[in-house]
Amino acid sequence: MTLLAVSDLRASYGPSQALFGVNLDVQEGEVLALMGRNGMGKSTTVKSICRMMPSEGTISFASTNLINLASHQTARLGIGLVPEGRRCFASLTVYENLVAAARPGAWMFDSVVDLFPRLGERAQQVASSLSGGEQQMLAIGRALMTNPRLLILDEATEGLAPIIRQEIWSAINKLKTETGLSILVIDKSIRELRGVCDKAVILERGRNVWSGSIDQLTSEITEQYVGV
Amino acid sequence: MMSERNLNIAVLAMFIGIPAWAYFSDEPFTITLMTRAAIFALAAVGLNLALGVGGLVSLGHAAFFGLGGYVMGILAYHAQTYTPLAEWPFLVEGTKSMPVIWLASLLLSAGLAWVIGSLSLRTTGVYFIMITLAFAQMMFFFSISWSAYGGEDGLSIYVRNNFPGLNTLDPIQFFAICFVILLAALFLSARLAKSPFGLALNAARQSPQRVETVGLNTQRLKLVAFVISGAITGLAGALFADLNRFVSPTMFSWQLSGEIMVFIIIGGVGRLFGPVVGALVFVALEHFLGGLSEFWHIYLGLLLLLIVLFGKGGLIGLICGREKVHD
Repeated sequence: MTLLAVSDLRASYGPSQALFGVNLDVQEGEVLALMGRNGMGKSTTVKSICRMMPSEGTISFASTNLINLASHQTARLGIGLVPEGRRCFASLTVYENLVAAARPGAWMFDSVVDLFPRLGERAQQVASSLSGGEQQMLAIGRALMTNPRLLILDEATEGLAPIIRQEIWSAINKLKTETGLSILVIDKSIRELRGVCDKAVILERGRNVWSGSIDQLTSEITEQYVGV
Repeated sequence: MMSERNLNIAVLAMFIGIPAWAYFSDEPFTITLMTRAAIFALAAVGLNLALGVGGLVSLGHAAFFGLGGYVMGILAYHAQTYTPLAEWPFLVEGTKSMPVIWLASLLLSAGLAWVIGSLSLRTTGVYFIMITLAFAQMMFFFSISWSAYGGEDGLSIYVRNNFPGLNTLDPIQFFAICFVILLAALFLSARLAKSPFGLALNAARQSPQRVETVGLNTQRLKLVAFVISGAITGLAGALFADLNRFVSPTMFSWQLSGEIMVFIIIGGVGRLFGPVVGALVFVALEHFLGGLSEFWHIYLGLLLLLIVLFGKGGLIGLICGREKVHD
């Protein structure tokens, strides 16, 4: 069953058009990689889906058209966003960051700590005092506390130490295999994406240039469109 | 450095110790001063919820303070003149009962805060400050024009209202009422700040868009905070009117809105006891410096200047250091 279907998505930053008709879909329990070089429209697509910026086209989530909804309404429908640059609530503790975002469902403080034990150890520490990796875990935990049906990870492992990246990828894997959560992930780590994703969409200059199963994603294609 | 918890306990001890000393030394005026401080602190605890936690710089909280005062004044006036407040669509009589007056003040102030908040929260920054100020000024001039309740001269209430089982004319008993209400407001404020609502409000102050992406409506969060804030300040207004047995348009004045904000800045913005410390210092300066010069506000201005320039955490910040959790 299709959970998210985006068709002919167009968006602009003032007079400068960034998206020229992006199409993608995510099925229930599926993990989709959204790929492309910097500035090709990946984050703009995510911001449009989460209604953080105005756009045109159709964004259907669980049979509801999101295009006229506010950002908080898309989150209530079940879209959990882990934004680029983490952006935790700096002056709140780890526990408070998670509790502030909590919505009813299976994901609670304890289950987030099971996924990221480091957060349990740092529960009473303010978010601004955490390392970049721990802040990223907190950002993922915060999105999970909203009990989403679709988790969107925007550059979740960017700029992190290899060991932390590994921890985060293993958590994403766990989310897929153990909870069957649908995930849309933006990243450039091709090897890790191959391990967790079912299919991929590549954007170039705000348009789809390739989409298909992750098994069909050859190194020629990634070299041509992603540069890795 | 002294811990904030110990300082809070010391401030509470002052609120108990000074009136107790004054009671046994037969100094009723000192008790009245402490009552005034407790009421001002209560008004500022209300504003601190909007300003300190929610980041809403309201320069119109006198609207709620004055409304609370006029609710008390009008209800008590009709009770003392034995005239009904309204006869249609149903009979509404005045009352001298404090709990009824408090309830009416809370509800009407909350209602006014909902109206003002719904319109003002469409704006931010300097526009929000100006629109809240404009609402308070409208209330100020409306009260001046309302000749049925004294207009510019205000309204006198001859006998303080009643509280079951207490003699409210006894300064120490009326102080006890105000102090217990202040404690209740502080307790509510502390609980709210640590509740998911308060945490989300705090987060919304830092990053509204991030809060929206976790499914919270920041406008609604701020509106709820503004309504609770207005209701608490309104209740303080009702107590203040009862303390003076007099209400006048000055309770709606922009100077009063500014003073409530000054209490918080002196004590420490966003600190639980910031408004209490600020109100206590203000009343002390007003009493001691006011006795030396009628231009004592010059010294208050100097203190405010020093605190804003050198101690952004207010006096609590200077004594206890920067807050660990509040940015």
